[in-house]
Amino acid sequence: MAIAQAPPRERARPARAPRTPYVLIAPAVIAMLAFLVYPMASVVYYSLQHYNVSKPWDNAFAGLDNFRTLLFDDPLFWQSLAFSAKWVVTEVALQLVFGLALALIVNETFIGRAVSRALVFSPWAVSGVLTTGIWVLLYNPTTGVSRYLADLGLMNYGAAPLANPDTVFWAAVLAELWRGVPFFAILLLADLQTVSRDLYEAASVDGASRLRRFLHITLPHLKDAIILSTLLRAVWEFNNVDLLYTLTGGGPAHQTTTLPLYVATTAAQSHNFGYGSALTTAAFLILTFFSIAYLRLSKFGAR
Amino acid sequence: MMTTQTTGRTLDRPALPEPVRLPRRRHRRRSAQRVARWQIYVPLGLYLLFTLVPFYWMLVFAVRPRGSDSLLPWPITLENFDTVWNGLGFGIFFQNSLMVGVASLIATTVIALSGGYALARYNFRGRQLFMIAMLCTQFIPGAMMLIPLFEIFRTLGLVNTLWSLVIAETVFQLPLSLILISGFIRNIPMELEEAAWVDGCSRLRGFFAVVLPMLRPALVAVGSFAFIHSWNNFLFALMFVSEQEKFTVPVGLAYTLGEFSVDFGALAAGGVVAALPVVLVFAVIQRYLVQGMSAGAVKG
Repeated sequence: MAIAQAPPRERARPARAPRTPYVLIAPAVIAMLAFLVYPMASVVYYSLQHYNVSKPWDNAFAGLDNFRTLLFDDPLFWQSLAFSAKWVVTEVALQLVFGLALALIVNETFIGRAVSRALVFSPWAVSGVLTTGIWVLLYNPTTGVSRYLADLGLMNYGAAPLANPDTVFWAAVLAELWRGVPFFAILLLADLQTVSRDLYEAASVDGASRLRRFLHITLPHLKDAIILSTLLRAVWEFNNVDLLYTLTGGGPAHQTTTLPLYVATTAAQSHNFGYGSALTTAAFLILTFFSIAYLRLSKFGAR
Repeated sequence: MMTTQTTGRTLDRPALPEPVRLPRRRHRRRSAQRVARWQIYVPLGLYLLFTLVPFYWMLVFAVRPRGSDSLLPWPITLENFDTVWNGLGFGIFFQNSLMVGVASLIATTVIALSGGYALARYNFRGRQLFMIAMLCTQFIPGAMMLIPLFEIFRTLGLVNTLWSLVIAETVFQLPLSLILISGFIRNIPMELEEAAWVDGCSRLRGFFAVVLPMLRPALVAVGSFAFIHSWNNFLFALMFVSEQEKFTVPVGLAYTLGEFSVDFGALAAGGVVAALPVVLVFAVIQRYLVQGMSAGAVKG
């Protein structure tokens, strides 16, 4: 990736002003130190404390107590972690497949391409809460699609996908898919446009089929973009709680509670900041570990 | 088979001048024609249906009169918009969201521009460390920052102000914006700037005269990211602001959703209010977006 390499032209640096880059970058550094690094450090500190805003008399140094509770006495931690994994893998895999297909389609030349692009990309700009609002309308038994299908005799009345434990997962997956596919489509389309036309022409002169051209030219070219976008998206899907918080609230019976959603509810509802911080620290460590492992295993950047 | 097909089509074309003179162009046409039309339009049409039906559903419920069952947006009534805008306070939420969005757009762009220039054009001690730190921040769950950020804002007396949202949004947008902008600046040849210096420009004037105009796609991408993210953010607004006059649109929308008997007309109208600005911004910038992406970090 470009950011890892040194800037190409050191000779351009004016020798008289070595302070310039520090001055230029100072606002960014100060903002991030104060509002990202310091809060993170304090999360790690709180995770070693008994710290409950509603029970201040119990506040004290806890050592690793919170982590012991988390590992051995909290089935909801493991349950939410397992659900997070299921949620992230399902979402990222489906978004990648549909996003790649969509990018390949809108990369072709056809009439109405510009409009089609704008339309299919548009849900990208929609918030999690708004996605919930729209899909609540669509899923509701009285206002939703199922009701109008039932009017036509195609379905039974009363289908409520969000209330039914068998369907709630896929109902949430579909809603998030609607909003998530454009992200991949945009990133992969951006990368597709840098494939050299000559390669395709050479390959077709050599008689390569379209499938072979896709497998041997397009996919290798997209490899790094796919690795990076799946990683970014996986982290994002893991961390983002807006949709599930408003769509299912983590229910029914904690069935759709991800780890960060568990953190948010622990912080907001039970005010147990110490334990919430331990959960957060665990989430951060798990995420960092898997991200590094993913980059290593996928040989990111290797040609 | 492919070749015969294409040749056949090329011969059918009456207006094509002697192909010998335009060999490259002919190739290009051929590669553009390789995919049959239906193979584009059928999947695209299906996907458009999936994308647009939810938007359409929201629109219909927003504009149709109470008690109507029609799936056609006719006759149109604005009573739902009146309810949410004046009755539920979306007029104020809209203003709040707009202020937060514009403020974080400006803050993010300016800070990322100056930092991105430093990262792209200077090699200074701590640069590598900063780069790594920025990548690490991408793994921080926003939900994780709720507790400590709340404590900080309480200390600073910023709880229940829109400034808390502007700061949190800007800080979370900065890493990606810095990466994008510095990647973009690195792609601008240094010689252009050097030429400006030779002509007597200061480094600063050279930057404004040469670099800034070429950064337009990157600035559009970064600025619109910042605006859209801050317009959409829910969790920070939910946690840091509890007075109703300071609510943003997503929080207002979540409260509409949380009512025991949801007023679906109002929900849909609130949704349209929430969607309109970002979808409009998006429609204008989406062309730049792909450009900005391909020249920025992703390509590497």
